[in-house]
Amino acid sequence: MARVVVRNLNKMFDGVHAVKNVNLEINDKEFVVLVGPSGCGKTTTLRMVAGLESITSGEILIGDKVVNELPPMDRDIAMVFQNYALYPHMNVYDNMAFGLKMRRFGRAEINARVQAAAEILGIQAQLQRKPRQLSGGQRQRVALGRAIVRHPKVFLFDEPLSNLDAKLRVQMRVEIKKIHDRLGTTAIYVTHDQVEAMTLGDRVVVMRDGVVQQVGEPLELYNAPANRFVAGFIGSPAMNFATVKIVADADGPPWAHSEGIRIKLPAEFADRLRRYVGEEVTLGIRPEDLRVASSSDPTDLAFDALVEVVEKLGSEILLDVRVGPSTMAAAVEPTVQAKVRDQLRLALNPDRLYFFDGVSQAAI
Amino acid sequence: MIEGAKWRRWVFFYIPLGAFILTLLFPFYWMMVTAVRPDNELYRPWSAPNYAPFWTTHPTLDHIRYLLQETLFNTWMLNTLLISIAATLISLACGLLAGYALSRLKFRFAGLLGTAIFITYLVPQTLLFIPLADIVRNFRLGDTPWALILTYPTFLIPFCTWLLMGYFKAIPRELEECARIDGAARWQAMLYIIFPIAVPGILSAGIFAFTLSWNEFIYALVFLSSPAEKTVSVGVTSELIRGDVFYWGSLMAGALLGSIPVAFVYSFFVEYYVAGLTGAVKG
Amino acid sequence: MAVSDLATTSDTYAGSARRWPITRLLEDERWLAFVLLLPTMVVLGLFIAYPFVKGVLLSVTDAKVGVPGSFVGMQNFVLLLNDSIFRVAVWNTVVYTAVTTVFKLALGLWLALLLNRHFKGKALTRAFILLPFIIPTVLSTFAWKWMFDPTFSVINWTLFRFGLIGSRINWLGDPNLALISVIIVNIWRGVPFYAISLLAGLQTINPELHDAAAIDGARPWQRFWYVTWPLLLPVTMVVVLFSVIQTFADFQLVYVLTGGGPANATQLFATYAYQIGVGTGLLSQGAAISLAMFPVLFVVVIAQLLYIRRVETL
Repeated sequence: MARVVVRNLNKMFDGVHAVKNVNLEINDKEFVVLVGPSGCGKTTTLRMVAGLESITSGEILIGDKVVNELPPMDRDIAMVFQNYALYPHMNVYDNMAFGLKMRRFGRAEINARVQAAAEILGIQAQLQRKPRQLSGGQRQRVALGRAIVRHPKVFLFDEPLSNLDAKLRVQMRVEIKKIHDRLGTTAIYVTHDQVEAMTLGDRVVVMRDGVVQQVGEPLELYNAPANRFVAGFIGSPAMNFATVKIVADADGPPWAHSEGIRIKLPAEFADRLRRYVGEEVTLGIRPEDLRVASSSDPTDLAFDALVEVVEKLGSEILLDVRVGPSTMAAAVEPTVQAKVRDQLRLALNPDRLYFFDGVSQAAI
Repeated sequence: MIEGAKWRRWVFFYIPLGAFILTLLFPFYWMMVTAVRPDNELYRPWSAPNYAPFWTTHPTLDHIRYLLQETLFNTWMLNTLLISIAATLISLACGLLAGYALSRLKFRFAGLLGTAIFITYLVPQTLLFIPLADIVRNFRLGDTPWALILTYPTFLIPFCTWLLMGYFKAIPRELEECARIDGAARWQAMLYIIFPIAVPGILSAGIFAFTLSWNEFIYALVFLSSPAEKTVSVGVTSELIRGDVFYWGSLMAGALLGSIPVAFVYSFFVEYYVAGLTGAVKG
Repeated sequence: MAVSDLATTSDTYAGSARRWPITRLLEDERWLAFVLLLPTMVVLGLFIAYPFVKGVLLSVTDAKVGVPGSFVGMQNFVLLLNDSIFRVAVWNTVVYTAVTTVFKLALGLWLALLLNRHFKGKALTRAFILLPFIIPTVLSTFAWKWMFDPTFSVINWTLFRFGLIGSRINWLGDPNLALISVIIVNIWRGVPFYAISLLAGLQTINPELHDAAAIDGARPWQRFWYVTWPLLLPVTMVVVLFSVIQTFADFQLVYVLTGGGPANATQLFATYAYQIGVGTGLLSQGAAISLAMFPVLFVVVIAQLLYIRRVETL
C-alpha cells in the first residue's frame, strides 16, 4: 500500500512559519497536485515528504509507516526535479542505474529495468549519451526514467515542466499522465501553473501562505471554490471580482449594488445572502460566464461596460472592459463585433455567480 | 585591437608588452646561457672588452655534469618530488573533505570554522618557524621528509579548501538531493556525485599546491640539516657555495634543472593553474 | 519485461537495504561535518595553533638553544625596542612592502590591461608571463644575484654600453642600493601574480559598460577611472591583501641576495628573526621578533577585510 498521510505538518524557517498545520490524505495510485503561488509552502511540503527538509512538528506516513526520522535513501520514493538534476559526468544509462547500484541490485536486474524504462520513454537511442548532449525534453525523460526504474512507492514531482518551452510543456504533460496511468504509482506533483494542476491531478490541493485552501477534484475547485483565493487562482483568464453592497428594501428581493453594477440576486442566492443585507461582499464572475446582452436578456442581470482592449484569440475574444471605476475581463464569442471605446451591455449567467464574505473571503 | 594609426598600436601596445615580456623572461634566459657557458668565459669581468654576454660560442655541459655527478642534486630532486607530491595529496584530501563540509552542510560552527581556516592562511611561515622547529624536533621528525610532509599542509590546506569551496558552490544542490533520494547516503552522494564533477577544481588545487610546495624554503631550511635530506632550493643554496666562492655555472644549472619539474607540470596544466590562482582571488 | 506489473513494494529492496550503523550516524549533518573537518583541524591545530601559542610563550622567556628558559615577561620585547637593528628591520620591512606593492599593482594593472586585448599568441604569452611566479623563488633569485654581481653583472655591462654609467654599480654591496635591488627583484617576481589576477577581474567586467561609457562621451582614461577601476576594486583588494602579507613576511629573496646586509641595509623581520633565533641560537628573542610581525599583519588584514566587505556590498 502506498498511501501518503500528512498529519498536522508544520515547518518553521528562521522564524517564518512556512507550512501551517497541513493535513492531507493521498490514496494509493492517486495523482495529487499541490498548487499555489510562490512561497505558499507547496515545495516545502513536498521536500518534507521526500526527507530533504526536517519536520518542525507533525507526522508524515508513507505506506502507513511514520517516516519522520528516515533519511531520503530509506523512504523508497523517487523525485523529478525542475532542473532535471541529471548527473553530468555519467551517461544516461548510468544516470538511470545509479539508484539501483546504490541499493546493490544485480547487473542483470539493473539492465532489465533500465531497458524497460527507456522503452516506455522512447530514449533507448540516448542511453550512451551524456546529459549535455540531450535536448530539454530528452533530459526530462531521462529524469523520469531514473524515477521509474526504482519502482518506488511514491513519485514526487517538483515543477518538472517549468523549464520547458510552451509546446514541449503540453507534450510532456500528456506523457506524464500516460505514464501515471500505465504505472499506477502514487504521485505528488507540485506546480504553480493551475493549468497543469487541472489537467494532471486526480485531486488538487490549493495552498497559500502555508495553509491548505481547498482540496478537491479539479472541476470541484472550478465550480465550487471554497474561498476567493481559490476562485481567483483556478481558471484562466482569472475570475473578475467586484465589491458590492447587498441592499434590500423591506421584504423586497435583495440586490447587489456597486458603482456601475445593479443586479437583482437570483432566488438561490437571495436566501443565502439575506443576512448580508447592508454589508459589503465580493462578487465573482468568470470571464467566460459574461456575454454580450441581447434583447431577450433580463435587464436586472446585466450591466454597462466600456471596452478598453480587444484581444482576438480566434477561438474567443477577450475584452477588457471598464465597469464603473474598475475593470473586468470578458471572454465572448469570436463573432462579436466590438471596438475600443464601444459601450456594451454585458449579461451574466445567473447560475454562475459567486459570492464571498467581505471579511473572511470564504464562499457564501 | 587598438584602433587607429599603426604607430599608436606600436607605442601603446607592442612596445610595452614586449618590454614586459623581455624583462620577465630575461633572467631565465640568463640562467640558461650561464649554465652552459665555460668557466673562462663565465668569469670575465663586464668591463673587459671581450665580454659577450648574450650567447656563448663554446657551450659546455660541464656544469650540468658536475651538478648531477658530484653533488647530491639528484637526491635533492627526488626528495623535493616526494615531499611535494605527498604534501599535495594530503592537502587535497583534507581540502576536499573540509571544503565539502563548509560549503554543503549546515551546522552551528560553519561560519566560524570557515573564517578560522581563512585566517590560518594568513599566518606566514616566517612567524611560526622557530616554535615549529621545536615541535618538529619533539615529535622526532627533525631532519626527515616527514617534517615537511606534515607541515606543508598548513599553508596548502586552507588554499585547497577555499578553492574547492568555490567549485562546490557552483554545483546545484539538486544533484545531491536527487542522489540521496535515489538511495545514496550523504557520504556516498559526496563521493560519487560531487567529487567527480569537481575534478577541474581538484586539478587546479593540486597543481597550485604542488608548485607552492616546491617553492617553500624556510621550513626546509630550518627543519632539515643533513645534505642528503635537503630539498632542491635548500641544497642549491647551501651546498653549491664553498665559503665565499660561488660555483655560478653549476648554481645556474641547478637553478635551471630545479625549475624544470614545476615548469613541466605547469605547462600541461596552465589553464588549471590560472583557474586556481584566479579562483582563489575571486573568492 | 512488461513494466505494468509493478508491484511496488517488496522488489524495491530486492537489492539490499543493509547499511552499516556508521552510515546512519553520518547522515546527520553535524556528525558528518565533524568527521570531515577533523583531519584539517588536527593538522592546523597541531602545526599552526600550537606553534603560535608556543611562540608566544617562548617570546616571554629567555630560552636559548639547549637551554629551556624561565619566564621573563616582556623583557625580550623591551630589548627589541631598544635594538637599533630591529628598528632598522622594521623600517626596511615597511618600505619594502609599501614600495613593492605600489609598483606591483601599477605594473601588474598595466600588463593586465595590455593582455586584455585579443592578439595572436595571447594564450602562450599569458603562460610565459607567469614563469617568474611559478619558478621556485630561491632559484630565480640566484639568477638575479648573478645578474647583480659587481664584477660580472650583465646589467652593468648593458648600462655601460649605453653610456649611462662609467664605473661599476655594486647593486648588492652598496648599502644605499641594496634595498632598491631587493625591491626590484620582488617587483619582478610579483608582477605576474598581480597581472593574471587582475586580468581575470577585468574579464568579468561586462564590455557593454565600456561601450555605454564611450557613447556617453568618456575618453579612455575616464572610462578606466570611472568604470573599470571601481569594478576591479574587490579583486584588487584581495590580491593586495595576499601580496602584502607575503611580502611583509618575506624571507627567501633577501636571504639569497644579501642575507640581510650590507650593514643591515636589507634586514627584514623574517631574516632578522632567522639570524637571531637560528643563527645565534637566541630562540626566545627570535620568537619575539617573529611575533612582532603579528600586530601589524593583523591590523592590515582586518582593515582590508573590512574594506572588501564594504566594497562588495555596493
